Amino acid sequence: MAELTVLTGADERDLTRLDEYQAVGGYGALEKARAMPPEAVIEQINEAALRGRGGAGFPMGRKLSLVPPPDKRPGPAYVVANADESEPGAFKDREIMRRVPHRFVEGCLIAAHAIQAVEVFIYIRGEYLAEFLVLQAAIEEARLAGLLGDVEVLVHRGAGAYICGEESALLESLEGYRGQPRPRPPFPPVAGLYMQPTLINNVQTLASVPAIIELGVERYKELGVESAPGTVVYSLSGNVNRPGNYELPLGATLRELIFGCGHGVADGRGLKAIIPGGSSVPVFTPDQLDVALDFDAVQAAGSYLGSAAVIVVDDRACMVQLALRAEKFYMHESCGKCTPCREGTRWLVQLLEKIEAGEGTQADLDLVVGVCDRIEGKSLCALGDFAVWCVGSYVEKFRDEFQAHIDLGRCPYGGESSIEGVSAPSDQHTHTAMAEVPA
Amino acid sequence: MSDFVAEVQRLRERYPQGRSAIMGALRMAQERHGGWLPPEALREVADAMDLAPAQIQAVATFYDMYNLEPIGRHIVEVCTNLSCALVGAKQVVEAFEEQLGISPGETSDDGEVTLRLIECAGGCGYAPVVVVDNRYREPVKPEDVPAIVEELRG
Ligand SMILES: Cc1cc2nc3c(=O)[nH]c(=O)nc-3n(C[C@H](O)[C@H](O)[C@H](O)COP(=O)(O)O)c2cc1C
Ligand code: SF4
Ligand code: FES
Repeated sequence: MAELTVLTGADERDLTRLDEYQAVGGYGALEKARAMPPEAVIEQINEAALRGRGGAGFPMGRKLSLVPPPDKRPGPAYVVANADESEPGAFKDREIMRRVPHRFVEGCLIAAHAIQAVEVFIYIRGEYLAEFLVLQAAIEEARLAGLLGDVEVLVHRGAGAYICGEESALLESLEGYRGQPRPRPPFPPVAGLYMQPTLINNVQTLASVPAIIELGVERYKELGVESAPGTVVYSLSGNVNRPGNYELPLGATLRELIFGCGHGVADGRGLKAIIPGGSSVPVFTPDQLDVALDFDAVQAAGSYLGSAAVIVVDDRACMVQLALRAEKFYMHESCGKCTPCREGTRWLVQLLEKIEAGEGTQADLDLVVGVCDRIEGKSLCALGDFAVWCVGSYVEKFRDEFQAHIDLGRCPYGGESSIEGVSAPSDQHTHTAMAEVPA
Repeated sequence: MSDFVAEVQRLRERYPQGRSAIMGALRMAQERHGGWLPPEALREVADAMDLAPAQIQAVATFYDMYNLEPIGRHIVEVCTNLSCALVGAKQVVEAFEEQLGISPGETSDDGEVTLRLIECAGGCGYAPVVVVDNRYREPVKPEDVPAIVEELRG
């Protein structure tokens, strides 16, 4: 078993308890960090090349260095932890908060020391009630034990909106507005929460910090790959025998994860597609099983590691239906601020519905690709890109299947697809009113 | 000062800027009004927050977890996003439809149970995921559904 850095010890002990966490050295890293000058902590995180686990893989050390020091900023600086986890396929932050809440809190406190902030906000998705309670209890325990020092940690509950995982939308939401992304620059380290310098990081990124301080940069860098040291909790789901969260060094291959940890495709079916980083990223095909799951390797292979959420799709699923279900999600979650995403996602859903029903023409399929082009890179935030990376890559890699719907005038699965007729909550609340696209 | 106003006031004081308390205030108001936000609840929040009702409404309409229409005493939410869909979410939805005699988005005639579809709940590895009154049940198979409904009705 490889060494862990995030869920370490959680199989053996109840690390939600402070005494148990301290028994395995918990909060030792905080003590060590607080004895160091803030710049030295930033230096260590920089040297450890810790990359953000929330999706973009941005080096945490760089973000830390971008926050102006106290004498160069007009007001306070804040630490904001992104615990909004809503990417379809991802369920790692939930496990981290449930099982090692103190390690996450410790990471937040080390980050606060590094940028000399005295306020930490944890934005947790509203649905995570059990996790919220575990986290609250952990913070309270840490407070009573005097571990927070002069730092206030406030847990802010979201209320159901995927877009609030996007950092600038999260900040808007935290300030008490509709969760709509901000134009950037300025970036959060310069002007974030209440327009003050703000460090915003994912739960897992922050929960990875104590190990760096504890093990030291050199030992930490022995794990993972050169461009991305450390371990990651991969979320494995879909048609696999043993789904679940698996913490592995960065650079483990898809094959190791799916067949080693996950014991292969469920029900003896064939592997059809793999989504390597949550529903938003381009899809892989079975010939890409040996791609290593680190940021650069996945990108070189044409996709993104994203939130390291691997979804396994077996040969019973119709890719048009999968595309349609994914796109309905993005349509539902589009915040409505910019036109390409707001209208384009709706348009894609309508086109895919038509194709799935066997009523699509060649021109409709071309239009799917065309609409994707008109959204990608032309939207205010990355949700617009996500909305087309999935569909666009399904069309690219499984073009035959889309084509068959048009040629046959029906779904080639003839009602036997595993996701046949699955509906989406689009009939309820959408974040924005949308006009019907004329037929 | 009413309890509610005092509670909102305390929440406002916890943030550098009081407006941040709006989401918490809406959640508290919803709890006090039987799980949804009737127009008077929005007015109460506006008063407690010293904001205009339109500002409260703008926020309330953005987030899925604020109910702007009455809901049942219990709420059953079934995730139908990719990972759940791939392992049979549809059959789970159908089992609830059959047991409750309603479609997603509806509330049973006795006002007891609302059935709803939701997007990824963050339980994809334990799919299909059903959330009953904010508690996760994972995984739920169609054959588990009668017992869940019984429990709610019991
Ligand atoms: C639509 C959208 C949704 C996102 N959702 C999340 C999320 O749920 N959790 C998260 O940590 N980051 C999410 N991100 C990424 C954040 O914007 C941001 O990059 C991240 O919180 C930075 O933290 P990190 O550097 O530690 O990864 C999302 C981005 C987009 C565009
Ligand atoms: S791309 Fe979509 S989610 Fe992002 S700001 Fe524009 S409309 Fe909102
Ligand atoms: S897809 Fe259903 S919980 Fe994630």
